[in-house]
Amino acid sequence: MNAPHDPGSVGAAVARKATFAEPLQLKSGAVLPQFEIAYETYGELNAARSNAVLVCHALNASHHVAGTYAGQPDNIGWWDNLVGPGKPLDTRKFFVVGNNYIGSCFGSTGPASLNPATGRPWGADFPVVTVEDWVAAQARLADDLGIERFAAAIGGSLGAMQALQWTLSFPDRIRHSIVIAATPRLSAQNIAFNEVARQAIMTDPDFHGGHYYDHGVVPRRGLRIARMIGHITYLSDDAMMEKFGRALRNKSGPGFDFDVDFEIESYLRHQGDKFASYFDANTYLRITKALDYYDPAAAYGGDLAAALARAKAAFLVVSFTSDWRFASSRSRDIVKALLENRGIVSYLEIAAPHGHDAFLMEDPRYHGALRAYFGNIEL
Amino acid sequence: MTGEERVLLAARPDLAAIARWIETGARVLDLGCGDGALLKYLWEMRQAPGYGVEIDDAHVLECVRNDVNVLQLDLESGLSVFRDGSFDCVILSETLQAIHHTEALMREMLRVGREAIVSFPNFGHWQARLQVALGRMPVSKELPYQWYDTPNVHLCTVDDFEDFCRRLGVRVLERLVLHDGRAVNFLPNLLGSLAVFRLGRAAR
Repeated sequence: MNAPHDPGSVGAAVARKATFAEPLQLKSGAVLPQFEIAYETYGELNAARSNAVLVCHALNASHHVAGTYAGQPDNIGWWDNLVGPGKPLDTRKFFVVGNNYIGSCFGSTGPASLNPATGRPWGADFPVVTVEDWVAAQARLADDLGIERFAAAIGGSLGAMQALQWTLSFPDRIRHSIVIAATPRLSAQNIAFNEVARQAIMTDPDFHGGHYYDHGVVPRRGLRIARMIGHITYLSDDAMMEKFGRALRNKSGPGFDFDVDFEIESYLRHQGDKFASYFDANTYLRITKALDYYDPAAAYGGDLAAALARAKAAFLVVSFTSDWRFASSRSRDIVKALLENRGIVSYLEIAAPHGHDAFLMEDPRYHGALRAYFGNIEL
Repeated sequence: MTGEERVLLAARPDLAAIARWIETGARVLDLGCGDGALLKYLWEMRQAPGYGVEIDDAHVLECVRNDVNVLQLDLESGLSVFRDGSFDCVILSETLQAIHHTEALMREMLRVGREAIVSFPNFGHWQARLQVALGRMPVSKELPYQWYDTPNVHLCTVDDFEDFCRRLGVRVLERLVLHDGRAVNFLPNLLGSLAVFRLGRAAR
């Protein structure tokens, strides 16, 4: 039986794949001889082709942004609270494109895909991809869909880096950039957390130098720990305390052993187990490297304003005060650089308690501003 | 002038004065910009592009709705996101009295702006003086709060503000004192309820 139809949902989505036979030159110097991008679209592209909005995902999400799949009513898109008919990013007005970046493990070409040169999975041989490479690949997808210019690109965290990079790689192909919970580059602390996660994966005996597919195993222990570390950085201290406190898990007192005592331990283990069951370790390594390497100012001697000088888009920058992973001050760096270029920019600093993950939540101030902003975009 | 603008200017007579002092195409920064009405007006009437700074969530949302550039920042922590001399005019309309670090903000305004426009309720107005003389904290159209719920921390008179400018080495370029939307030229510190100053950096 079908679930009752939610009028705010885009309904059953269809995942598609676009195939590109032309090689993609990567920032590292490597070349991807051919590739596929998994994507979904919601709403209709208008006759002028002026209403397309690109949604860019962060670390573990995919092209499944909104709606469900036929026969899978619980498989809800990761940003379904934002995208749909009557939602802040209204699919009655906009043609929304969700895409999965290359190197991922949800359908686009990545380390688990077959290497055409060997006929075996790429594994460790899959090149290290960057934010710039993702944007270049997304531009190919846009060409394929007949989108010359996006009305907007939007993303949170790593997705925000893509929305920002669009304005630099293709300044004439994007009118608005919505940059949420972002940083123009990772701090030493951010890189440090990523390195611990990578070490957890690479020192797992089942990693086999990245060729674990050949051995029929996955570095599950490493992935679990990587995810646990990640999760700690996505939540604020207050949010974690509010959600778990020091509550014990099915116990009335400490066990005086090394089993789960506290709810937070149980939560992290659960998140780690869940993640390790579906996420690819080689993808995790590459995504964290893409994060570490992103630094548009580097080519300009660290001058972010000079780096952003070629952007022509209007910007909405949003940060959350409890986000300590990419703190508000990092978003203010972006705003400052845009102001120095006399760009069109609005900046929201939202006092939400959830930490970095706030960009996925439905805070009325945050979603209210996105609704107003999208509402004002003229097509 | 559209009906909407008339309503705005009738509700906030200082904005009419401010708008008159802004040159066409001037780059403006409006501190404590509320719902962005002045910025929208300046853009439409003077083609003056600008940014607003506002801390209040509801006002920030209204600014986004009004399609003006708004930056949600705390004025008390300074204007460090703005480069020296990046604006022709920095506006602080009816916000001065609620600022804690008044002196620091005034310096910041004239660092990032060539000129500044400041408007504030005149505590020297005779009605305020009378209420104090009768033993009460003043409550009026310009000062609508009770002593226990006011956001105002630094109220001053026209004369006080002029002293303050002298002490900071800020030049007063123009001054307009108003009551009920009309200019008050006779005994302004006694008969005016709202003051608007156009300020410049000290000549060197």
